[in-house]
Amino acid sequence: MDFKLTKQQKLTRNIARDFARHELEPFAQEWDEKMEFPREAIAKMRSLGFMGICIPQEYGGCGLDTVCYVLTIEELAKACASTAIIVGVHNSMGAYPIYLLGTDAQKKKYLSGLAAGKKLGAFALTEPNAGSDPVSMETTAEQQGKSYILNGTKTFITNGGTSDIVIVMAYTDRSKRGKGITAFIVEKKFKGFTAGPKENKLGIRASDTCELIFENCPVPATNVLGPFGGGLNAALEALNLGRVGVAAQALGVARRAMEACVTYSRERKQFGRPIADFQAIQWAIADMATEIEAARGLIFKAATLKDQGASFATEGAMAKLYASEVAMRTATKAVQIHGGYGCMKDYAVERCFRDAKVIEIYEGTSEIQRLIIARDVMR
Amino acid sequence: MITLIPKKCIACKLCVKACLFGGVRLEHKTPVLTELCTGCGACIDVCRAGAIVSSGKSTGQIHNLALYKGIWVIAEQRRARLHPVTAELLGKARELADVRKTNVSAVVLGADIKHLSNVLIQHGADRVFIADAPFLEPYRTIPAERVIAGLIDKHKPEIILLGATTMGRDLAPRLANRFRTGLTADCTGLTIAADDGLLHQTRPAFGGNIMATITTPRHRPQMATVRPGVMQPQFFPDRNGETISVKVKQQASDNAVQILKTVKKRKSSISLEKAEVIVSGGRGLGESKNFRLLEKLARVFSGQVGASRAVVDMGWIAHEHQVGQTGKTVRPRIYIACGISGAVQHLAGMQESDIIIAINKDPQAPIMQIAHFGLVGDFKRIIPELIEQLKPAS
Amino acid sequence: MKGLRIIVTVKQVPDTADVKIDPKTNSLMREGIPSILNPEDKNAVEAALCLKQQHGGTIIAITMGPPQAEEVLGEVLAMGADQGVLLTDRAFAGSDTLITAFTLSRAIMKLGKYDLILCGRQAIDGDTAQVGPQLAGFLELPQVTYAEHISIEKGNAVVRRGLEDSTEWVRVKLPTLVTVTAAVNAPRYPMLYNVEAACDGSRIIIWGAQELKVPETMLGLNASPTGVKKIFEPERKKKGQIITGDPKDMTGILIDKLQELNML
Repeated sequence: MDFKLTKQQKLTRNIARDFARHELEPFAQEWDEKMEFPREAIAKMRSLGFMGICIPQEYGGCGLDTVCYVLTIEELAKACASTAIIVGVHNSMGAYPIYLLGTDAQKKKYLSGLAAGKKLGAFALTEPNAGSDPVSMETTAEQQGKSYILNGTKTFITNGGTSDIVIVMAYTDRSKRGKGITAFIVEKKFKGFTAGPKENKLGIRASDTCELIFENCPVPATNVLGPFGGGLNAALEALNLGRVGVAAQALGVARRAMEACVTYSRERKQFGRPIADFQAIQWAIADMATEIEAARGLIFKAATLKDQGASFATEGAMAKLYASEVAMRTATKAVQIHGGYGCMKDYAVERCFRDAKVIEIYEGTSEIQRLIIARDVMR
Repeated sequence: MITLIPKKCIACKLCVKACLFGGVRLEHKTPVLTELCTGCGACIDVCRAGAIVSSGKSTGQIHNLALYKGIWVIAEQRRARLHPVTAELLGKARELADVRKTNVSAVVLGADIKHLSNVLIQHGADRVFIADAPFLEPYRTIPAERVIAGLIDKHKPEIILLGATTMGRDLAPRLANRFRTGLTADCTGLTIAADDGLLHQTRPAFGGNIMATITTPRHRPQMATVRPGVMQPQFFPDRNGETISVKVKQQASDNAVQILKTVKKRKSSISLEKAEVIVSGGRGLGESKNFRLLEKLARVFSGQVGASRAVVDMGWIAHEHQVGQTGKTVRPRIYIACGISGAVQHLAGMQESDIIIAINKDPQAPIMQIAHFGLVGDFKRIIPELIEQLKPAS
Repeated sequence: MKGLRIIVTVKQVPDTADVKIDPKTNSLMREGIPSILNPEDKNAVEAALCLKQQHGGTIIAITMGPPQAEEVLGEVLAMGADQGVLLTDRAFAGSDTLITAFTLSRAIMKLGKYDLILCGRQAIDGDTAQVGPQLAGFLELPQVTYAEHISIEKGNAVVRRGLEDSTEWVRVKLPTLVTVTAAVNAPRYPMLYNVEAACDGSRIIIWGAQELKVPETMLGLNASPTGVKKIFEPERKKKGQIITGDPKDMTGILIDKLQELNML
């Protein structure tokens, strides 16, 4: 076993780190505060390849492996967790399902635009009454000639308002329950498709989360993604990769919080010496570092399994569960170490704290991850 | 030791190209060793004619160090006026020469600059080499390098000092390269050993986080560039010295680089180096508009506004205000640092100030460690108070 | 002219912006400092890329350093350079600027003909600005330092130089060596699109002392004329007086003190 990054992985990480440091970090606080979508930064990232990290070059992507993908998301998240999820959702939930399941025509029509970043992608599964339990979704697609007519509402959709292409799950046959859900590639410009206003969230505030409303929205039959009635499987497949990405996002947030503590505890003096001298602080930071390293191990394991073509659903769930909880614990301790300053918007740990809480919830709550893991371990 | 067998030489010049130190030269198609030969044997490896052989071991001794005498300053002038760094270098050279019991020479190149000789002598030169010719004005690398190298070759100074200006930093490496000798850039401290003349050259490295003392033990001349504003000039109104006119002739290669035009930069309204009082701001100001308060205070003193690198990088204020390692080196009478934590790179540019006053919320900030007076508190409340209390006095 | 052949010298440097002093031991905290491509070398690469866009040609980046310096070549290739050359050998260790320039010059001679050599003005770890001019010296090339703009016209480079109090336009026949400052351009970011190709192993040549055919006596620490005698922390003035209290009182105390010292 070799824990070294390959040259590709190192270079990818350095590129992401350099970009994040200069183009995201200085603005992250402002974007968070104003709930501002990082439009310019995303525009720059398009031309650099951030929007098609794992998509092969023949489709306009970078052709890099999943480890490169998680390294990128981690570095982006360390500077701005919102930007990381915008890029992450686009890559893993927007572009990847089309690469995985799309027909040649769909790949040609949609994937190259997504991989080159000309179009922004999103993924719509969650509904007001169907969160952790997608089978209770209400959105339907009824065949009408060569089209399907979508009706329903999706909620909490990352990139919802800004995306150009959304993968939408809808019932084509409700009687078949999980086997009656089909995935559709829906263009924003299709008639009857509107996005609600941007939600005012606790964390990850710069990313654009909103409701998507389908009112008699016609989608051509050629836009059915993957097998008819295989939508739920497609969704789960995309979620598997999405989770590894979100785990990497959590890792970035945790690292940011820990590094802030290292710097702060060296500078902050109480009782005549830097608080870094106190064992209470040292132990807290030691725990953070250990947990971060453990989370990284799970993430790399899941990403490597994916690159080897092996099943990684359980490992992905473990990575998401553990990394997001590490981010929450680290950020909570980090705020505590910063004391009153930790509660101030001027300090990054305050944002880390809010972002970490969101990360524990989306892309499958901690509870859902435990369910997935238990189901696999106890079967 | 290296021995040449001229009979076997085919004058292919490979040895000349292979020698890093200029230790072998071709004269009338015959190879000759110069005193720069280090005996490294690189020429033996490349010679295809077997005209170079090794006789015995290399000694490791490189030059006849004792051959090199005196301290030289390469003067810098523009439009027949000396750059202030030249006087500063002469001041330092004088000091070093007095320790070493040797003399100081200045070299000045340009057109219509004869009058500069006396100025150079008054600042400490014993001897001035003047190369006065139209093609030497304005400064260009190749002719300047050629003329000065000729003088060095002939007179063999022990030490050569240049200003760490765009000119000095353009020229010094070329000269050092010609003589395959050591060059230390941007020195802030120079001391000399009286016995062997070894120059201890101290310079900041890693953005001013560390200082390094560098020597050139086995090569001569020892060369250094010195930052403007660091050394102190001296003035001797009644000094006498010797002036030597250097005969120069233009060569075709001098025109490799042609100057098409030169435009003077719009004179910046601020000259931090000359300010008696500087009020500087850093990240602790919170936002760029708070510099206005600093300007007000500076106006009370008829001073200037400075800044840390952090705020210049953030675009709060123009680069010409930046004090520090990558900005300007200043030594005003009073330096007031507001909301500046005191990164090493900033301290490097201002710690020579006569009086340092720091205004900072954090009494533990590094700037407070070096300040003569550290005021703990909010600059927004302290500065208006200072302005108020100073006004009636002024 | 069939496109330009441009050589760019680059260096991997510790990111000095991150260097901090340990307040307790008052020593340099160097562990964990990331290595980066020297900023002004990045400007040089960008300048080369712009010239290539206008005139076509090839860009070769060359660096000298430990094996991990290959990382910066990867970055430069990802920016769009065509080839990288890594000079790495234990024999190169400890080279001062003169010997660094010498070693680079040997590698450049081995690379064959070129039209232009671009260098960053200086590296942020040493700030010497010497390697460029010294490299020009070894290659017997005219040099133009402090470039803020470069254009190529009919086999000449026309360069705008930023000097202290003036701006100078010069013309120089190719081949020549130009050192650029940060003012020359805003470098692009390396592209993830290029990572796969940059790392496939075909774009980077690695040379040591043997490939350069230079004996070890002419390399590294032993051949370097300058040597570091001592490294120390910058001198800190001893602690002055800390004044606390109400702004009005503090100001009063300060002004009294300044008057005592005759500073007002």
